[in-house]
Amino acid sequence: MLDNLQLFVDAPFLLIQVLLDGILFGAIFAIAAYGMALVWGVMNVINIVQGEFVMLGGFITFQLTLWGIHPLFGIPVAAAVLFVIGIALYYGVIRRVVDKDMFISLLATFGLSILLQQLMNQIWGGDVRTAQSGLGTWFLFDYTVTVGQIKVVACVGALILGLILIVFLKKSRLGQAIRATAQNPRAAQVLGINTDKVFAATYGINAALCGAAGSLVVMAYSVHPYIGLPYTVRSFMIVIVAGLGNLPGVILAGLGLGAAENFAAFILGAQFQVAFVFCLLIVILVVRNTLLRRKRKYLK
Amino acid sequence: MNGRGQIILGIVIVAAALAAPLVFPDFRAQIAMLWVMVLFALTWDILGGQTGYNTFGNILFFGTGMYAAAVFQRDGGFDYFPGLFIGMGLGALISVALATILGSMILRMRGHYFAIATLGLGIAAGEIASGWDYIGAGSGMSPPLFPGAPGVSYIFFGYLFFGLALITFLLLAWVYRTRFGLALNAIRDNEDKAEAMGLKTDTYKIAAWMLAALFLGLCGGAAGNMLGFIDPRDTAFAGATFGVWMVLMAILGGKGTLWGPVLGAFVFHVTQEILWTHLLGWQRVALGLIIVGIVVFFPQGILGWARTRWPKRFGHRVETS
Amino acid sequence: MIRKLKQLGLATAALGLVLAGTADAKVEGDTVYLGSAISLTGKYSTNGEHTQRGYDLAVKLINEAGGIMVDGQDYMLDIIYYDDESTPARGAQLAERLINQDGVEFMLGPYSSGLTKAIAPVTEQYGVPMVEANGASLSLFTEGYQYLFAVLSTTEQYLASAVALAAEIAEAEGRDPSTLTLAAAFENDPFSQDIRNGVLADAEALGIKVVIDDQLPPELNDMAATLAKVKALKPDILVVSGHAKGATLAIRQMEEMRVDVPMLALTHCDSADIIGNFGEAAEYTLCASQWAPSLSYSDDLFGSAADFAATFEAEYGYAPPYQAAESAAAVMVFADAFERAGTFDKAAVRDALSETVMETFYGNIEFDETGKNIAKPMVLYQVQDGEYVVVAPTAWAASEVRWPTPPWADRQ
Repeated sequence: MLDNLQLFVDAPFLLIQVLLDGILFGAIFAIAAYGMALVWGVMNVINIVQGEFVMLGGFITFQLTLWGIHPLFGIPVAAAVLFVIGIALYYGVIRRVVDKDMFISLLATFGLSILLQQLMNQIWGGDVRTAQSGLGTWFLFDYTVTVGQIKVVACVGALILGLILIVFLKKSRLGQAIRATAQNPRAAQVLGINTDKVFAATYGINAALCGAAGSLVVMAYSVHPYIGLPYTVRSFMIVIVAGLGNLPGVILAGLGLGAAENFAAFILGAQFQVAFVFCLLIVILVVRNTLLRRKRKYLK
Repeated sequence: MNGRGQIILGIVIVAAALAAPLVFPDFRAQIAMLWVMVLFALTWDILGGQTGYNTFGNILFFGTGMYAAAVFQRDGGFDYFPGLFIGMGLGALISVALATILGSMILRMRGHYFAIATLGLGIAAGEIASGWDYIGAGSGMSPPLFPGAPGVSYIFFGYLFFGLALITFLLLAWVYRTRFGLALNAIRDNEDKAEAMGLKTDTYKIAAWMLAALFLGLCGGAAGNMLGFIDPRDTAFAGATFGVWMVLMAILGGKGTLWGPVLGAFVFHVTQEILWTHLLGWQRVALGLIIVGIVVFFPQGILGWARTRWPKRFGHRVETS
Repeated sequence: MIRKLKQLGLATAALGLVLAGTADAKVEGDTVYLGSAISLTGKYSTNGEHTQRGYDLAVKLINEAGGIMVDGQDYMLDIIYYDDESTPARGAQLAERLINQDGVEFMLGPYSSGLTKAIAPVTEQYGVPMVEANGASLSLFTEGYQYLFAVLSTTEQYLASAVALAAEIAEAEGRDPSTLTLAAAFENDPFSQDIRNGVLADAEALGIKVVIDDQLPPELNDMAATLAKVKALKPDILVVSGHAKGATLAIRQMEEMRVDVPMLALTHCDSADIIGNFGEAAEYTLCASQWAPSLSYSDDLFGSAADFAATFEAEYGYAPPYQAAESAAAVMVFADAFERAGTFDKAAVRDALSETVMETFYGNIEFDETGKNIAKPMVLYQVQDGEYVVVAPTAWAASEVRWPTPPWADRQ
């Protein structure tokens, strides 16, 4: 561990490399986290199936490359397909748990995630899949720091999606309806908003965001039917750090988490990267709760 | 169900349980596993059902017990049985200590934050175990082989788990009638009011979790030996299988009841054993569907459904108006 | 209420079906049943499928050739499969189930060392012989198991030839091997960790300094942190093992991050299809393999190693990874032992197994007293011009190793 820290002193460019890699990875978490914040804020559902949506988006993009289509086109296609799947899942399952206890929706979406994992495994097999974007690499500081262009595309894509979402929620009719429902579903209903449709749209938009994120993941990293959970957990962490209804906060928290995680992997060794994420989650929860307790409130 | 009915049912079950491994020797492995499942569901329900704190992290205690016993058996230098029993005790002790420390931090949260924090605990434990060389890291651990004729181990462990499950059940049956049990229910029904009434809710919640940890720790210690190989993520801290099953079984049977978790464990385990082998490759699809089906259409569980169906049998007064 | 009763009836009927199905199934008529718990779902499902196909193909060919002759009578082979979902706890239960309820007395191994570790104690207890083809952990053979036989080379040999090769080259260059540095990144599972132990021991014996020793989590999706270290420390050798995922990530991210290492050695190159996926970027990579279609082994059933590859491809539509080849060999070992034992008595078959001396398309098979195959070496491929070419051991080497790997700046 100490010799890993020593490396930073010996080769300061590593600091930049580790930071950059972390931030670029974090941008993808941020996309999935927007969606989670949206569903959580509007529908009061914690969507455990988030990570599987991401993987599914990746697999759809992978499928396109098998048909000879460039994976960058996968971004809109995956988003569109996932939007439809999201709506279908809403009317099939989520709708029935929206007004129930939070724990019920947690379990129901967990069930969906197992289901999707296995379906992906049956359709695409248990292999690790990647799609070649054909983009190159940028070199900084005389080849010491490298940046995969696709990762930059992913990061910029994440920011653009975030921007679109903010504008959409502010300006469009549906966006306003979504925000109204988030503030007070009953009042929104009284004012003539069809909350059922709003919920369906919200869930669909969330799935679409995850699908787009998945396309970026399959180009910049890799997808596999059973590695969705880390995306879910990271989305959750980002949302609780940033708070609901705080999209710029979500982006910052996403990038920060990516960086923190990459530094942890570098310093502690890759074997403790996931443990670090989960321990951080618990620490953040405990600290936030302790602070709230002083005001005689609690996290709930 | 009235008191006498329960006692008769209890005697029938105990007699059947004692006879089962001898009558159906081919099924002894499944029978032993059944009692582990019953223990899972019963201990989950202490906090999840009775207190209203839905945890995904109880697997932490199961895994801790498993590792503690295996490490003690490896390094303690005792014969098989003393090593096993002391190891189980040690595992239970460490589990209870963990429940106390972690509980005092985490049980102050509520609702889904609590659920997610416990989910994090279970996964973090698995990851730490798989990075820790002393306990075999990712290679896992193999507890010592059971001494004795082939197949006897499952009979031994079957009775051991049955005994544990029975003790847990009887203890819980008593606890739920005491002031302690009422306090847990009060926390479930309205924690703020319970606190306003002067109940030290944190203490009750932690004590409830310690109770779960005690039995899961014991159960884990023996289960590691029965299964023969401890994998950090897939056996010990198996959040995605055992960890979720315990929640499901309790809900399926009817959470917050004494018999519900037992019933849920029976139904779940038997269904699984019957169906799984015919669904090569599709089990998890089936499991996903079962989970969704249960929580969406049947969240009150079998006993909850029966209670609304025949309220009189459960001692409820039926309002005729 | 009536619905409830119906459900109850159904459940009882189902239970009855299960109880009825527990007849002794080890030999029914002229069919001998082998049992196997295999990973059809979960993280090992790809390789589990290769394993199953290897078993199935061997059974098919043996049966088409008239089955096996035991004590003057012909028997057909068949396999009862269960899905262990890639979890050891399930694997152990299913082994118990195969033996007790299905009456299986001969087991074929599961996929992965972890699952084999979980199942071996069960088969050992019942004295059921198990021939396995996919549990390479050396630690399986230090437990004193009597009924466990493995046709494959064990983990400590996987990358030993790569390390030895590096030392050889260094000496040829007039450099002391002890000046070499090695970086290791291994997945955190029983199999990869055992390879790691082998590599670290080899490195120590040769005096090679290990500068990085990272363990990769199974949900691995990014190994940038490890590769950044490699870039800074510039080791002479980088070894990565993490099933197909590790191989895929290593190649992809090394290209992207321009990590220059004179020698890169991996496992699971062919199951990750690094040539198909990454083309040029996969060049120069060294890959440890149990078997290669270009080897000169042969037998009467499949013909040569290349013939096996052709038969397999005709049946399943893709070239066989070595996992399929070794699995097919495991079935052949059982068939051979049955014929030599002349009975289906477990103990007699076990003794026959321990005396196996076979030449198969997969390699020679001869077990030592711990049950591992000592007659077949590992081979080391290198990716050369878009092909896997055997470069070590020298006896089968089709080509010289290309060394060192030029820096990325000079490639393309």
